[in-house]
Amino acid sequence: MNRFRSLALLPAAVLLGGCNMVVLAPAGDVAVQQRDLIIVSTVLMLLVIVPVMALTVLFAWRYRHSNKEANYQPDWDHSTQFELVIWAAPLLIIICLGAVTWMGTHLLDPYRPLDRLAAGQPVTQEVAPLRVEVVALDWKWLFIYPDYGIATVNELAAPVDRPIDFSITSSAVMNSFFIPALAGQIYAMPGMQTKLHAVINRAGTYEGFSANYSGAGFSQMKFAFHGLSTADFDTWIADGKKGQGGLDRAAYLQIERPSEAVPVQRFASVDPDLYRRILNRCVEPGKMCMSEMMAIDAKGGLGMAGVYNVLPLEYDKYRRRGSVLGAEPGYVASICTPEEAAAMMASRSLPASVPAGSPLIGSGLQLPGTAVPGFTPVRTPSLTLLTGERRPSNS
Amino acid sequence: MSDNAPVLHAVFGRLTLDSLPLNEPIVVGTFIVVALGGLAVFGAITYFKLWGYLWREWFTSVDHKKIGIMYMVLGIIMLLRGFADAIMMRLQQSIAFGGSQGYLDSHHYDQIFTAHGVIMIFFVAMPLVTGLMNLIVPLQIGARDVSFPFLNNFSFWMTAAGAVIVMMSLFIGEFARTGWLAYPPLSNIGYSPDVGVDYYIWALQVAGVGTLLSGVNLICTIVKMRAPGMTMMKMPVFTWTALCTNVLIVAAFPVLTAVLALLTLDRYVGTNFFTNDFGGNPMMYVNLIWIWGHPEVYILILPVFGIFSEVTATFSRKRLFGYTSMVYATVVITVLSYLVWLHHFFTMGSGASVNSFFGITTMIISIPTGAKMFNWLFTMYRGRIRFELPMMWTMAFMLTFVIGGMTGVLLAVPPADFVLHNSLFLIAHFHNVIIGGVLFGLFAGINYWFPKAFGFKLDPFWGKLSFWFWVVGFYFAFMPLYVLGLMGVTRRLRVFDDPALQIWFVIAAFGAVLIAFGILFFLIQLAVSIRRRESLRDTTGDPWDGRTLEWATSSPPPDYNFAFTPVVYDNDAWWDMKHRGYTRPQTGFKPILMPRNTGTGVILAGLSIALAFGLIWYIWWLAAVSFVGLLAVAIGHTFNYARDFRIPAEAILATETARTRLLAAEVTK
Repeated sequence: MNRFRSLALLPAAVLLGGCNMVVLAPAGDVAVQQRDLIIVSTVLMLLVIVPVMALTVLFAWRYRHSNKEANYQPDWDHSTQFELVIWAAPLLIIICLGAVTWMGTHLLDPYRPLDRLAAGQPVTQEVAPLRVEVVALDWKWLFIYPDYGIATVNELAAPVDRPIDFSITSSAVMNSFFIPALAGQIYAMPGMQTKLHAVINRAGTYEGFSANYSGAGFSQMKFAFHGLSTADFDTWIADGKKGQGGLDRAAYLQIERPSEAVPVQRFASVDPDLYRRILNRCVEPGKMCMSEMMAIDAKGGLGMAGVYNVLPLEYDKYRRRGSVLGAEPGYVASICTPEEAAAMMASRSLPASVPAGSPLIGSGLQLPGTAVPGFTPVRTPSLTLLTGERRPSNS
Repeated sequence: MSDNAPVLHAVFGRLTLDSLPLNEPIVVGTFIVVALGGLAVFGAITYFKLWGYLWREWFTSVDHKKIGIMYMVLGIIMLLRGFADAIMMRLQQSIAFGGSQGYLDSHHYDQIFTAHGVIMIFFVAMPLVTGLMNLIVPLQIGARDVSFPFLNNFSFWMTAAGAVIVMMSLFIGEFARTGWLAYPPLSNIGYSPDVGVDYYIWALQVAGVGTLLSGVNLICTIVKMRAPGMTMMKMPVFTWTALCTNVLIVAAFPVLTAVLALLTLDRYVGTNFFTNDFGGNPMMYVNLIWIWGHPEVYILILPVFGIFSEVTATFSRKRLFGYTSMVYATVVITVLSYLVWLHHFFTMGSGASVNSFFGITTMIISIPTGAKMFNWLFTMYRGRIRFELPMMWTMAFMLTFVIGGMTGVLLAVPPADFVLHNSLFLIAHFHNVIIGGVLFGLFAGINYWFPKAFGFKLDPFWGKLSFWFWVVGFYFAFMPLYVLGLMGVTRRLRVFDDPALQIWFVIAAFGAVLIAFGILFFLIQLAVSIRRRESLRDTTGDPWDGRTLEWATSSPPPDYNFAFTPVVYDNDAWWDMKHRGYTRPQTGFKPILMPRNTGTGVILAGLSIALAFGLIWYIWWLAAVSFVGLLAVAIGHTFNYARDFRIPAEAILATETARTRLLAAEVTK
């Protein structure tokens, strides 16, 4: 069998010389450190793997049935020394590897801002990181540069040796944002934001893609990542600003529709609030943002009135295709702006009969000091338990 | 037509003629081949008047040996389907370069990789492992059957029903296009409105019932039915690993059932457990499915570790080195397998401390695993190793599995995982441990225990051919994937741009072709062995000079396994008996109480298929009728009091005397 394996490795060795192992030869400092960790771990493990493989072959040969010279002890089944070694050797290696893992994981936490651009090159205070907001769409990538007010589809650029601060989300399903030459991947998930800090050290064009299967157009969900010199990056930004069209909410809803193998698109301007709305799933007009919902919930929720308040929560654009039992009913179309609410309140004369000190405040409930005609809330003991002693949330 | 629509919808749900993939040549071709093959088998069974025999002796059998064999047959049939998917993927990935779309569109390709994963894990590896445990564990502990023989038959048919549901999706409708774990939101109704995910859910739910009940059954059997003298620390290692595996099954599979039930509610009644809206959280699904999913890989590998332990000791003709540490290693792995699930999604944004914790627990599992490896090594040390087929597979395992183990620990280092997660490196890793571990072990087990199950050995020539094609094919098929992973290529891609990658995919496809020959030669090995069974006959019941109790009885064992329950003094019970000059009792037999066959398992599984079909296609009347039918048959079965019968002492005497004559002929030979 070993003969076969060396035969198999021969052409492999020839091939390996000619291929570009981007994971082992990356161009960004984070990926370089991740590569180093791979090599260190592999070497540590080979310390035990190689002897095991060698011993396997050696024992198999030495104690083969036809070798009558070999020592044969059919009842030998225990040796405290050997037992000690076979548990201690892997244990020692795992202790080393565990220490390396603990440090590496904390140092290379994608949420942790960079403290070095490369070995011996600490990040200085005056360099502001390049902020990029990344949105995984079906099936392309949207990049928003909030500092420059431009956006691109399926094209990303960053200046060499400047930290990049990615904020990542998704519009519909899970993807994974991955540029192997730059840094490890992190998932892009709808309604949630993940972070990635990285830096590119060598100018060049690198491949980026989604590393988590996301549906029919997944294979072509790729983009080019350009590492540019500072001057080239400025030119690239200036070019972008000269580009066609702006990215507002309406334009976003257009490009958000599923499409495959999408060419590069550039938007000369971008709605500064767009990313927040994408993240909070409220780009479409009339939808309540998740952050607003959470703020309402944090103050005690809408109570029973909230039950009817479902339509603005229909974040998911495909959701209303309905389930087996048909589409769910929705009643309240939107929650009005503060000005509208004030106007509405002013137009209604409401008797003041709300229990004093009620902690419940929400658009669906009466305001403190007011009451809806014909509706008098009863303060039951259980309600008091639920609401009366509630402390303000820390968040 | 439009007038009929509500009626048609009430009768057929969302099943229409368009649901049949009539315009897809590959599927239609497959269907024709399967239909012709099915007709041929059906016709042959009818022609040779075998239906009655199959029904009486096999389908309704509650004999653990026959059920074990049926599990193995199911696993081998499904291996062909799962492998067909694999080779289609390899072909697609090796030609879809330079603007070519290959020969599969995403609609098909995405179903194929999903089906490949689901089938290989649930309907190949699981039945083969469960089958071997069913077949061997009662024999190894000196029992006459499992604790609940009818439940065993029912479990098998539920597993088979799950496989039938998956196979149906090939020809009626479609399978899931989500990957084998069906992560939401992609698997939710909004993004997968078709029947694919429903097929996935109901196939796994139905098969899951079988797996769970079989787990309960085997735990109970091992705990309660061991021969006198067999204390826990005298159990054969395979039985120990089977016990731990079934504990894992019983603890883990309910999680799968629950998480799939929640997904079902999301899809069917509009709840929001894993949706993007209404406070649903898809990450919860990912956590739950891996809380089942990680123990699942140990469910597969632990019994196989047991097989290697038996094989190594038998073919080194030596006691297993470090039995106690082997047992403790198994138990430690069992416990730790619940503490590592998060390593499947380090990249989902957990904090560094959480990631490190799960990374390090994962590495810790490699310590008992490494100890096992050394134990096998020192079992060989100062042994007399016969390189028969089971031992050859064991050697291939030891050399291959350590590579997979190493890359696995590498993937457990979170920063390394950030660049390797979901890449072909990962694919190479888990095929390295599942093929190099589970599958090699199953082949070792099949070659080792086949004579026990059927009374003749497997042909070594075709077995060796199959072995070499499998092992060499494995290296050709998966080593290139390690390289591709390091080149930053991710999994589940259908088309590629970079032409430099193509050569590696071509090598991998070549490896898959070698494996295809490995499978073919395995089937030839079976066929040749059946034809040459007289010359391969094992009359002794102990063809390998075995050490554990299954070799104490005849090959194949009589229905009752042991005429007298053996008494155990040593963990190599049969070896000990042989060396203490044990003689078989030849008189004094007493009648033996045995369970009676029943067709209830088949009927319940059939009704489960109908229920699943109704739910998948929204044919509510069918679902309701079959559900009521299920309850009725299950309750009805509780009134069946004719559950056992006695094998008369004369019949036992006849069987045992025949064996005595065979053994005497063997001695004089």
